[in-house]
Amino acid sequence: MHKKDLGLAVLIIIVGAVVYLRNPLFLSPINLGNTANLIGLFGLFAIGQGFVIMTGGIDLSVGSMIALLGVIFVDMVGKFGVPWPVAILVVIAIGTLLGLAHGILITKLRMQPFVVTLCGLLIYRGVARGYTGEATAGFPFGAHYPALEWLTIGRSFGVPHSFYAMIIIGVVCWFLLHRSVFGRHLQAVGKNEDAARYSGIRTGFVITAAYVICAVLTAVAAVYFAMFTRSVQPSSHGNFYELYAIAAAVLGGFSLRGGEGSIIGVVLGAVLLQELQNLVNLLGIPSSLNFAVMGAVILSGVLADQQFNRYRAKRRAANAIRVLNRKGSTPRQAPATTDEIG
Amino acid sequence: MTTKADRKRPLLVLESISKAYPGVVALSNVSMSVMAGEVLALIGENGAGKSTLMKILGGVVQPSSGHIIVDDVRCDRFLVTESQSAGIAFVHQELNVFDNLDVAANMFLGREIRSGFLGLLDEKAMRAAAEPLLRRVGAMFRPDTPVADLSLAERQLLEIAKALSIKAGVIIMDEPTSSLTLSETKTLMKVIADLKAEGIAVIYISHRLSEIEECADRVFALRDGKAAGELSQFEINHDAMIRMMIGRDLNSLYAPPARPAGEAVLSLRAVRTGAKPWALVDFDIHYGEILGVAGLVGAGRTELAEAIFGIGTILEGEIMLAGKPFRAASPRDAIEAGVYLVPEDRKRTGLVLESAICENICLADLGAVSRNGFVSQNLVKERAEDQRTKLAIRTTDVMRNTAELSGGNQQKVVLGKWLSMRPVLIIFDEPTRGIDVASKVEIYRLMRALADTGVGVMMISSDMEEVIGVSDRIVVLREGAIAGSLSRSQFSEHNVLKLAVGAIRKTNA
Repeated sequence: MHKKDLGLAVLIIIVGAVVYLRNPLFLSPINLGNTANLIGLFGLFAIGQGFVIMTGGIDLSVGSMIALLGVIFVDMVGKFGVPWPVAILVVIAIGTLLGLAHGILITKLRMQPFVVTLCGLLIYRGVARGYTGEATAGFPFGAHYPALEWLTIGRSFGVPHSFYAMIIIGVVCWFLLHRSVFGRHLQAVGKNEDAARYSGIRTGFVITAAYVICAVLTAVAAVYFAMFTRSVQPSSHGNFYELYAIAAAVLGGFSLRGGEGSIIGVVLGAVLLQELQNLVNLLGIPSSLNFAVMGAVILSGVLADQQFNRYRAKRRAANAIRVLNRKGSTPRQAPATTDEIG
Repeated sequence: MTTKADRKRPLLVLESISKAYPGVVALSNVSMSVMAGEVLALIGENGAGKSTLMKILGGVVQPSSGHIIVDDVRCDRFLVTESQSAGIAFVHQELNVFDNLDVAANMFLGREIRSGFLGLLDEKAMRAAAEPLLRRVGAMFRPDTPVADLSLAERQLLEIAKALSIKAGVIIMDEPTSSLTLSETKTLMKVIADLKAEGIAVIYISHRLSEIEECADRVFALRDGKAAGELSQFEINHDAMIRMMIGRDLNSLYAPPARPAGEAVLSLRAVRTGAKPWALVDFDIHYGEILGVAGLVGAGRTELAEAIFGIGTILEGEIMLAGKPFRAASPRDAIEAGVYLVPEDRKRTGLVLESAICENICLADLGAVSRNGFVSQNLVKERAEDQRTKLAIRTTDVMRNTAELSGGNQQKVVLGKWLSMRPVLIIFDEPTRGIDVASKVEIYRLMRALADTGVGVMMISSDMEEVIGVSDRIVVLREGAIAGSLSRSQFSEHNVLKLAVGAIRKTNA
């Protein structure tokens, strides 16, 4: 665990303690379960966003994709009677294709990630609304899918399965990013794409893969969200979710310039964001201020992190000078005059 | 293992390589061979085709015609993988290390050692493999050190160790010393000698001719994309190299010596800067004089210039400009007083690279090219055209992107920006870094002409020849303080060095 992650974990605990002191309901099983569920849902696609941000890119289409894939999933299962495992595979396949499209537009056609995924945001939302004719997609009244429901909204030992899903996927992604060759190449590409290419890394493949991972995890999250809300309102479902993902990554120590960040960081970032949402609810702050609280915390968190780094760099420089002085060089000595040189 | 016979065998042969881009021929019919265990210096002005040739060797660019022969085998295609398997390694000018990874991870990037059935990274094995290579190049850091903690010179050693790790037969070093201190350069020379002894060929690209004299066995010159000749070890000298590069004799690289200087235009008394608060700085620059400022990298020369220019802070002391107290709190103050800076990093701080030449020239003085608060495109162009003629900036149109210009012409644009105003003192920080010989000469002439019109010129340079050749007087900085000053009769590399490293310390620390 990096120092940065540790700092974030401490912050989460402190915020939690403060909320608990003001409102003991914070630690009630019901509240913890609900919060864990939300952490799982948002964590899933935030991890995916982390891969994209690692390349120095960004995926703005996440929220719209959750709406589009949610509509498709609900319709497949509820309207057309497609077996749910097939429906999940189809949704993941569509996600893969969309991610692939993003990656190819960015690497082969050299478009900017912001532009490509901004257009994705508009297109997917538009398609979702057009396809449903603005109508809410939902399951037939009284329909039940026990296995699917157990998998998505069920609980074991009081912990929602979405949280388990995030943990399992998080562990896999941790190995992928921090212990695999692909992950190392991803970090290298994010830091310096040209130099990575000169090192024989297939940069186009690595970047495209990051967008595919992001889209696939978003597709998985889309299924979980659809089952959680049980109906998908195409114009509002998933709105602004990409911003939650980006915020979680930034809070977790990712640099939008690429090359920096960790899976533990982005997961902790997602935890903190949900904790803040919870804080707004429990402390009786008007929920309209929700975004304002989140924005203020992210701003001060990133600022504090930066100031801390600057302080550390300064201290290191000061130490270096002290060592230099002790080595017997005499920087304070008076300047030599020309006469001494001969 | 190399035997004596091996040494005569060419490791790598380039056969009539040509490369044409739309509208330009970058290389035409260049043939070159590299022998085992030799240091081949590649010289040429900027734009002569050196970097294209190196990109072809790296497999990043494919030649339009010609062949590459590796170990007597003719390669039909030569991509990055072929280049790597041919044992060609690069030590780049702009260091290509990844400071988010550790030393071992950098060394094995793209060739990671895996373990287990999942094929995950085997950090332990990579660190163990990195250790002996680091020792071979004399590196003092460990394989698990984050690269972010390494100095520039250490990063360079890392790149060389990386080249060894791929069992490179040919190591290409592109301007390896451009950011090294003197003692680090010496270490590098030792490493190069070791590599040579092991039968590794080194292609050494540099603008610093004295380094080439020191280490090269053979010199190969390019001019305008064509081979311009070769020198064997005993023929290598400055004049011969310059003749090959520019195609004619260059009688004097440096402008004529100084006339007597006038009064002080800028004087610093007991000045402490925020960057080096322990050091006191005292010196004068006179009207019509070029003052060379020498010192090791890290001696605080740039920081001093930036403090005078209002970017760094000045803690205490007295600065007089043209007889009046002067203290710039921001670059704007300095510019209003006629104190201009030609910064070290031309592309980042000297120019807005992606904007037009004329925009750059007028950027610092938009008021003068405006009418009723609106910038007049005509005045902007007029002013830029004026500077283009005066400075002989080679471009077809001042509306063109500054990034398209060669380094020398970019530097002239930076100069043009200041010369179109009213300079009292101009500070040049490494004015000819990465600039070819012919453009260097033009810049020296311009500096001299400036001094002759009575402007004070302060020139910071790490190029010893330049400091000695161009300056009227030299001050040497050491750890932020003035270590001494030299008048023209005292100029010698030895004296400058002695002041730069400090008499009490051994040079070979």
